[in-house]
Amino acid sequence: MASELDIFVGNTTLIDEDVYRLWLDGYSVSDAVALRVRSGILEQTGATAAVLQSDTMDHYRTFQMLERLLHAPPKLLHQLIFQIPPSRQALLIERYYAFDEAFVREVLGKKLSKGTKKDLDDISTKTGITLKSCRRQFDNFKRVFKVVEEMRGSLVDNIQQHFLLSDRLARDYAAIVFFANNRFETGKKKLQYLSFGDFAFCAELMIQNWTLGAVDPQADDMDMDLDKEFLQDLKELKVLVADKDLLDLHKSLVCTALRGKLGVFSEMEANFKNLSRGLVNVAAKLTHNKDVRDLFVDLVEKFVEPCRSDHWPLNDVRLFLNQYSASVHSLDGFRHQALWDRYMGTLRGCLLRLCHD
Amino acid sequence: MPGKLKVKIVAGRHLPVMDRASDLTDAFVEVKFGNTTFKTDVYLKSLNPQWNSEWFKFEVDDEDLQDEPLQITVLDHDTYSANDAIGKVYIDIDPLLYSEAATVISGWFPIYDTIHGIRGEINVVVKVDLFNDLNRFRQSSCGIKFFCTTSIPKCYRAVIIHGFVEELVVNEDPEYQWIDRIRTPRASNEARQRLISLMSGELQRKIGLKVLEMRGNAVVGYLQCFDLEGESGLVVRAIGTACTLDKLSSPAAFLPACNSPSKEMKEIPFNEDPNPNTHSSGPSTPLKNQTYSFSPSKSYSRQSSSSDTDLSLTPKTGMGSGSAGKEGGPFKALLRQQTQSALEQREFPFFTLTAFPPGFLVHVGGVVSARSVKLLDRIHNPDEPETRDAWWAEIRQEIKSHAKALGCHAVVGYSESTSICEEVCILSASGTAAVLNPRFLQDGTVEGCLEQRLEENLPAGCGFCHIPYDELNMPFPAHLTYCYNCRKQKVPDVLFTTIDLPMDAAVIGKGCLIQARLCRLKKKAQAEANATAISNLLPFMEYEVHTQLMNKLKLKGMNALFGLRIQISVGENMLMGLASATGVYLAALPTPGGIQIAGKTPNDGSYEQHISHMQKKINDTIAKNKELYEINPPEICEEIIGSPIPEPRQRSRLLRSQSESSDEVTELDLSHGKKDAFVLEIDDTDAMEDVHSLLTDVPPPSGFYSCNTEIMPGINNWTSEIQMFTSVRVIRLSSLNLTNQALNKNFNDLCENLLKSLYFKLRSMIPCCLCHVNFTVSLPEDELIQVTVTAVAITFDKNQALQTTKTHAEKSLQRASTDNEELLQFPLELCSDSLPSHPFPPAKEHLESASSNSGIPAAQRAVTVEKASPVGEGNFRNRSSPPCANSTVGVVKMTPLSFIPGAKITKYLGIINMFFIRETTSLREEGGVSGFLHAFIAEVFAMVRAHVAALGGNAVVSYIMKQCVFMENPNKNQAQCLINVSGDAVVFVRESELEVVSTQQPAATCQPSCTGGEVTT
Repeated sequence: MASELDIFVGNTTLIDEDVYRLWLDGYSVSDAVALRVRSGILEQTGATAAVLQSDTMDHYRTFQMLERLLHAPPKLLHQLIFQIPPSRQALLIERYYAFDEAFVREVLGKKLSKGTKKDLDDISTKTGITLKSCRRQFDNFKRVFKVVEEMRGSLVDNIQQHFLLSDRLARDYAAIVFFANNRFETGKKKLQYLSFGDFAFCAELMIQNWTLGAVDPQADDMDMDLDKEFLQDLKELKVLVADKDLLDLHKSLVCTALRGKLGVFSEMEANFKNLSRGLVNVAAKLTHNKDVRDLFVDLVEKFVEPCRSDHWPLNDVRLFLNQYSASVHSLDGFRHQALWDRYMGTLRGCLLRLCHD
Repeated sequence: MPGKLKVKIVAGRHLPVMDRASDLTDAFVEVKFGNTTFKTDVYLKSLNPQWNSEWFKFEVDDEDLQDEPLQITVLDHDTYSANDAIGKVYIDIDPLLYSEAATVISGWFPIYDTIHGIRGEINVVVKVDLFNDLNRFRQSSCGIKFFCTTSIPKCYRAVIIHGFVEELVVNEDPEYQWIDRIRTPRASNEARQRLISLMSGELQRKIGLKVLEMRGNAVVGYLQCFDLEGESGLVVRAIGTACTLDKLSSPAAFLPACNSPSKEMKEIPFNEDPNPNTHSSGPSTPLKNQTYSFSPSKSYSRQSSSSDTDLSLTPKTGMGSGSAGKEGGPFKALLRQQTQSALEQREFPFFTLTAFPPGFLVHVGGVVSARSVKLLDRIHNPDEPETRDAWWAEIRQEIKSHAKALGCHAVVGYSESTSICEEVCILSASGTAAVLNPRFLQDGTVEGCLEQRLEENLPAGCGFCHIPYDELNMPFPAHLTYCYNCRKQKVPDVLFTTIDLPMDAAVIGKGCLIQARLCRLKKKAQAEANATAISNLLPFMEYEVHTQLMNKLKLKGMNALFGLRIQISVGENMLMGLASATGVYLAALPTPGGIQIAGKTPNDGSYEQHISHMQKKINDTIAKNKELYEINPPEICEEIIGSPIPEPRQRSRLLRSQSESSDEVTELDLSHGKKDAFVLEIDDTDAMEDVHSLLTDVPPPSGFYSCNTEIMPGINNWTSEIQMFTSVRVIRLSSLNLTNQALNKNFNDLCENLLKSLYFKLRSMIPCCLCHVNFTVSLPEDELIQVTVTAVAITFDKNQALQTTKTHAEKSLQRASTDNEELLQFPLELCSDSLPSHPFPPAKEHLESASSNSGIPAAQRAVTVEKASPVGEGNFRNRSSPPCANSTVGVVKMTPLSFIPGAKITKYLGIINMFFIRETTSLREEGGVSGFLHAFIAEVFAMVRAHVAALGGNAVVSYIMKQCVFMENPNKNQAQCLINVSGDAVVFVRESELEVVSTQQPAATCQPSCTGGEVTT
């Protein structure tokens, strides 16, 4: 006696959150049933394995039917086929677009292309996330990217409007889209210690200050692309390290101000020129796409690692960076104060976030 | 020219991509009514076209208005080739034809295609201007209201209940016309959908005409079915109860039309005795009554033979011989004459109602049913459906005579059904024989004083149980005792009925769903031989189904069945019987005896031991069930019943006096024990199997109750959380060595597993009751069994016992008549609270769900509170600003019940009667048979909801899926399914809102607008 057909349709669509999670995690029906059995649900409810199997199948079918709508969340709100309470709709969407930290770290900054999609097999093996789940997450990234790619207005707002995500998740997606668009390198070994949160934090600062949208809220692609003119102008900062007098003056200003306040004062004093050169050179190089991509690698190499090898406490880093940026205002010979602030204001925030173990 | 239909096409959304090149669609719309068609402009390159058309106006006869559906077709314009159809919407404009219902149909309708399913939505506005009447021969019956609800609709009052109306129309099935060979499946499906829609309209119009003739203004309990007779054609038939209804203007006027007979009756307890003098004694039992007639049609010339079967399962002890009070004799006779003359004018004194205005139902005799096996032949002339008419007339005649034999002049809870396999068709009809109060049956011919007397006559809570037949001249052997409630009248020891439990019935404990399931193998045969084989099997099936029901009822420790529905389905090589009913313990009826097992071979020691083991198991089960359903022995019952009604002393005196004169009384006192134990003889393995299967039925997990009636006896504190669902299962039997036992087991497992799955799925609603559980079984192919279940799960509040019922005047009034019952229930309710509950932990994180339809009660309550505070627009705003902004889809509830818990129905908007066909040639791609049917049923729900919302409603009540015919051909990757659903579209207002409204504005006129807002948000 085999069940040929076995369905349950409610006037209000039943959503079992545990099963939804298993489905999102890419488990097959049989795996999901096995996991549910292990959770002890049979003992709690007195149900049989057959009941569980049928229930799981039903939910999976429902989710498969809903998936098409989840690809365009506003459709889920307006469709008539599934009667789902708004709070449940929000939950379905939020969970569907949620992603795994391990997965996002693998694809962050990569081009969301077919090529990357082919690598999902490896990512799946490496992270232990099922291939199906990897695909869903990847397709979500790509779908959001495609939709907001050529839109005016705030990136976060656009994502929120078209995908109805929570503010938090929309911000994460903005970071993912921003990284994918600018192809920042995040996979190098020396960057492995950084979390997605670190990158997302930097992305937000950069979107706020370094993109076209930061100066012209009407620009196309405003939040996605870095402001080319700004990057060009950054070359002007080179004078800070090229002009020896200026560099010395800068150093003395910083040292005077921080003397007695830093635990690692002597190390700072010894390293000042190196650090300053590093930071300014990173800025000057940003005209080349290749160097833009390596931004985080450079920042870690040129600043984070030296600090770390000298065991700078975070607070010292903060005091140093504050003083380092502020002192430039007292350099009479330096004319690009606004440019410096736009650069350093963001960079300071990023560096502080990047300085951890 | 009595009507002008106006249609406006506003916009479309979510259309499918029809042009691969641009990924867009050039859509336009054709609007067709009768033979007139209008078109909108083509809206180029958009999936969300804004046509905003002019008003298309159709000037039509009201006859056409009733028959024809409005047909809206969305197409993709193609310059070079033929335009591609995207899909269609059929709109039944009937609800616009009577003044009290909807005035406009406006909203988003799913665009439906029989091959692709729902493909986007279209926004349509429809209005009708009716020109008032021309004085001419009327073919139309505009203005007659139709209700699927099988009771008097909640915001109406029954002035007169006229009685039975029926009609059938026949046609050729387009699927079997020659043209079908050359047209596409889509065209064929659409032709069928359209034809059935037309036929339904015609049928409704014709029934309406009959109602007009009877001077009624409404049809209640309207049940329309179609029979797919294959080659021989398509039959659409309908039955209903014609009534004259009065709209109740304000909620305050909800008091029942006639006063509840509660108190007066207690003062004059001697006046009741309905013992009839005139009736024929026929071969029938109070429980069942069957006749199988096999009347071959056409050339087959065998004389139609009918075999009457006398089935009596009641113990043959203690035949009543006393002469129960004849005091009311002369008066009764008068009443009887009146009633009879009122009813005898009618060809069929049948009523499709299952619940009645208080005082309507006087006595219930028992279930009457009739079946007949017919051979189908081609319907030659669609305009003369005489053959089918004659078939049904024959069956109805039988039912009528069975009712007579039970001393009853009417049949209530009446329904008809068919089961067709190839060219054989089983026609079935069943109902409950009853004696009715004539007051509702005639206009003003009954004098007022008589009415009064009559009302006073009816004992509360037990009157309907009293036998309507003469105990000296009983039509069948039965065991009668004095009523345990009033001690005045005789009652049978068990009572089977097809109606709902009367509101005022005194019940002990809770009820439960009882099912009997049965399969019988049958040889494959052709035509007459097949029909003969089937008619020979039928009596045995009925007998066994009945035995099972009786055994299970006793096993539950109960003594009455309500809502009994026995379905016999025919397949190629087997017959299936499925009986569902709700068992209850009626306080008026005696305690059922236990079940005694007797072995046939008393010498064998181990066998003996086995028997005694079984006996013990059975006794344990009975004891457990009594505890589970809170059926406390009548010792307690006597004390409680004793105190509120006549003083105990008086009653005992009465008893004593009786005991002096007659000898049944001693018997009556003893029957608390197991004296009349039901004996099951185990003489072969079959019987052993039967006993085993009795014991395998597992009770629902704790926290769950189920019934197939409207209300669950013993539970009345419903919360507003409801979930209607449909579940379908098909199993394939292994064709090898099929035996009756194996079949029975398979079928039993199928049903039990299905129920278990339902309990598991709905575990987050605990404590909850599955109400109106409706099983249908069919045999689509040789080795396939299909079971379809529709029911509604309603959560109830354990802690808030009985409070909700007090909120309403009408309810408390009805309650008043059953004070004794309440007194009885209250302590039981309390002890149920202390029971350990929740074996299922609510599913994790269900807390967020704040909507009214799912989630846990806590969230639910929060919503109700939120809804209760603002009125009118406040409510509107609340709804439209959820976390997921601007949701435009209003919630539409669906329920098979005639009411919505915690809410008041303020308006009936019209009947919903929809028929859909879905077909696929890519079954695998759509997720196999399960994926296909799951999607289709979800789509059907969506279309029903959309129609209700467009009428301005927010719920469908008395929803029923009348047909779900599923056919598959996996080898060809094809499947087809036909679904027919109906229900009543209504507007409801939550009681909490109602209270706020009525305290703020006593006029209570703003309710519709406030709910309207809810729907259109």
